[in-house]
Order: sequence, then structure tokens, then C-alpha cells
Amino acid sequence: MTPQKVKDIVMNIISIVSPDAELSKVKGDVPLRDQLDMDSMDFLDIVMELRKRYKIEVPKEDYPRLATLDSCVSYLLSHFRVAGADAAVG
Amino acid sequence: MHYETVIIGAGMSGLAAGIRLAYFGKRVCIVERHSAFGGLNSFYRLGGREFDVGLHAVTNFVGPEVRSAPLPRLLRQLRLSRDAFQLRPQRFSEIRFPGCRLRFSNDIGLLIGEVADRFPDQADGFRRLVAEIREYDDLQPDVTYRSAREVLGTYLSDPLLIEMLLCPLMYYGSAQEGDMDYTALATLFKAILCEGLARPRGGVRTLIRVLVKKYRECGGELRMKCGVQRLEVDGGGVSALVLSDGETITADAVLSSAGFTETMRLCSDAEAVLATGEAGRLSFVESISCLDTTPADLGLGAAVLFYNDAERFTYARPDGPVDVSSGVICCPNNFDDHEDLPEGLIRVTSLANPDYWDGLDEAAYRAAKQECYGRVLDRAARFVPEFRDHVVFKDIFTPRTIRHYTGHVNGAVYGAPAKVRSGRTRLKNLFICGTDQGFVGIIGAMLSGIAMANLHVLQGE
Repeated sequence: MTPQKVKDIVMNIISIVSPDAELSKVKGDVPLRDQLDMDSMDFLDIVMELRKRYKIEVPKEDYPRLATLDSCVSYLLSHFRVAGADAAVG
Repeated sequence: MHYETVIIGAGMSGLAAGIRLAYFGKRVCIVERHSAFGGLNSFYRLGGREFDVGLHAVTNFVGPEVRSAPLPRLLRQLRLSRDAFQLRPQRFSEIRFPGCRLRFSNDIGLLIGEVADRFPDQADGFRRLVAEIREYDDLQPDVTYRSAREVLGTYLSDPLLIEMLLCPLMYYGSAQEGDMDYTALATLFKAILCEGLARPRGGVRTLIRVLVKKYRECGGELRMKCGVQRLEVDGGGVSALVLSDGETITADAVLSSAGFTETMRLCSDAEAVLATGEAGRLSFVESISCLDTTPADLGLGAAVLFYNDAERFTYARPDGPVDVSSGVICCPNNFDDHEDLPEGLIRVTSLANPDYWDGLDEAAYRAAKQECYGRVLDRAARFVPEFRDHVVFKDIFTPRTIRHYTGHVNGAVYGAPAKVRSGRTRLKNLFICGTDQGFVGIIGAMLSGIAMANLHVLQGE
């Protein structure tokens, strides 16, 4: 899984959680909640969609690591590798 | 049969909770004792016509540019598009008291201007009140009761203005007599006066169809004509649900929209805990008239008109069958894009005494409805152009009808006065959503279902 692929996945999830968010203007290093006018419910839904679609569990203490698009990608990259490995084994 | 969550009631809150849970892959079942969806917000057919039960208007209407408001937030949570509910805004509404009229629309600027015009010395206080309410976090889970009258009194000094503001807010959501909780007032103030009113094209069935379809698409199960006879209590939780058809099912969690007292009465140990809080006392009579013309053609332009014709506005259970001195007149035709309505329609809501209506036999009940309709219209006619010559069909529903649809003790439209905002009960896996959790109105009910499903099931894992 490449960083670009993970980024596409995150952007796709944001568009599901918050369909009228303007994704084209999202900056990688600015908190998503500030740029996209997302509230805590929307934010939790990103976590829930990750679980629903990719079986990735994000524990509460790791939520701050999902704050920006860049930090999301770097945090999730390792999870997708593990998830990918699981899929290959299972 | 075992489910991760069983939801009692297929009304707005139960369906919304069900969608959230089913969407995220929970094995969920909604049990509904009626053959119809919607609970209080249901619909029925009579005389070849279709009528909505509870719906006058959907509150919280905001334009597509607003994102951080209850309506867009709930649509996002339910993964529904912005126009899924086909909401059409009102033109304007008004509050009428003896010698004074205030109009409001979906732009709070109109009301601010009207207050400044009619109550010049209150204008500053009213502006500060609007600003305070806009900033107030009314969704916080733990709030202590504050008298809305007292808080209003710190901003406004004219008792007439205070009563005129309380009138629509009480009628559209207060379970309490005489006063209300300030937090509830703030929610309703924002929902009705700051945001605004709309009507779904096609009426309440449009919303119900959207919710039921979404729930089914997400894989949720629905059992209609299937009430809950008993909740088996064991070890501080609900161990099983005995259904009206005799089947017993189990669930990790139970989310009940049946009302707090009503839910507690279902518990197998109910005798031990009969003092489970006070049921609601407030209910209404609704007098519905179908016209051979439209209200606008008769000169009635308001979507909703809240009136009080007495020296003092009284929001309480009347001693007699009905209190005609105040009420709400709703004209569904006075919302944009109403061509789905085949005739003109005027609905009048009045406070009623549930005990009176419950005590009548069938013949007396029918006669009382006719008499009540006449009295209500006599009084309402003082505030609107004469329309009684244009009535081609009428129907009246009462606290008895409302109890039939909602199962609420006393047919209490807004449930019990004391709300369970956390949704928790004394049983660890039994939670309350809907009216008695404290969010009222159609939008409030859906938000309640969503919030309780999120808090107690999805995040509770």
C-alpha cells in the first residue's frame, strides 16, 4: 500500500462521512476539523468507517494522530500493511 | 433469536438509531406494535384522504450553505443526501396575542425587526437573548434545570413579549406545564425561530419512506405488529424480551423509544420500582379541516399561527375537555411547493384533558369530538379569515388517538416532563431514546436516536 493509495482511501472516507466537504482544497498539514468544518460526530465516523470498510481499529488514545491528512496517512500506512498481511494469510 | 440491539418502536428516533446500527454492521431488529411506521409522526387515510398525525412542520430548516446545524448533521450521520427529505420552507408564521402580532420567518432578522417595532424598549434585550441562545450549548448531556421564565426575565422586562415568545416554543415542544427548562427553550428557540420551519413535500410519509428504505438497505430487520409484552430483568439488566406473539428474543442492548415510564412498566420487576417517575400530562386535540379553496385565497398567508386570546397565556392541562383560549393554526399549503396537497388544509391544535377523553364511551366520544371541533373553530376564527363555509371534510383527533399511535400514558405528545438526557436507566443494557430522552420534534427525535445509538452501542464497545 502506497501513501498515495492510503490518502485516496482517507479522502474517500471523508467524502462518505461529509459529502459536501470541499476535498480539492484540503491541505495536508492543517487539522481536518478546522478546514472542513467537521464536528466530533463526523470525526468519529471516520474511525467507524475505517473499521467497517477496512477492519482497522483505531483506539481512542490514537485519535489525535488522525488530526491532519498527512498524519492520517502516516498513521494508517502501518495499519494497512498489517491488514494487508492479515488478508494475505487469511 | 439473538440480536446485538433490539429497538422498541419504529418512530423517527427508533428508525434513525436503527439506520446507524445497521449501517455499521450490527445485527439489529426494530419491533413495532403497530402496522404503521412513525409513532407520533405517522399518517392515516380517512374519507379517501391522507392525513399526517403529528406533523405541522419540520423545524431546524437551514439552507444548503449551512453545515454545522442539527439538520445537515443528522443527514450526514444517516448517510442521506441534503434533499432526501424534500423539505420546502415556510413563507412566514406569526404569533398573535390580544392587540399584538409578531411575524417570524426562516430569517431571524424578521422577528428581531418586529420586536424592535412593537416593543422598542425590549429590542436590545431581545438581541442579547438571541445572541446568548445561539452560543448556548443545548446538547450537553448534563444540565441542571433552570426556569426558562426566569432566564427570559433577565433579558426582557415586558411580560407580554415573554408570553408571546413562550407560546410557540411551549406548543412545539414543552412537556412541562406553565414553564419549561431553559435548555429545552434554547433548543426550540434555535430550531423554530433562528433556523426555521419547513414541510416535506408529500408530508410525513416522505420522511418515513426514506428512513425505512435506508434501514432496510443497511440490512436492518423490522417486525411490525409486534409489541413488547415484557422485558425480563435479571442481574441488573434486560435478559430477554417477550414479544406480543409469545416469542422470546434476546439482545446485548435494548434501545426503547416507548417513553421512560412506559418502558419501565414493561420490566418484569416493575412492581418493585413503580415509582419510576411521572408520566406526561399534556396532550392535544387536533381539528383538521379540508377546504374547497386554499388558505391563501381566503387571505390567510401564515404557515403557522400561534394564538392566545386570553388575558394570560396558560400552557397547562385544562379542567374541561379542551382549552380553546389558545392554540396553533397550521396551513400546510403555506409552505413552498405544496402542489402535492390536493385541497386546502387548516389544522388547529388545542390543549386537551386526556382523562376527559379517555372516560367517554364510543357514542359520547363521537359527539364530544363534534362539539369540540365547533368550539375550537369559533375561537380560532377570531384570528383567521372565515373559512368554515369552505370546509368539505373534517377530522378530529384527541389524546385517545395520540395514545393509540404513541403508546404514551395520557397520550402525552411530548412525553414526561423530566427527561433522561443520558439515555441511561437503572438497567445496564436498557437505554431510552426519543421524546423522553429530551430532544423533541421530528429532527430532535432522529437526533436522539442517532446520539443514543452512537453513545451506548457504537462507542460503548
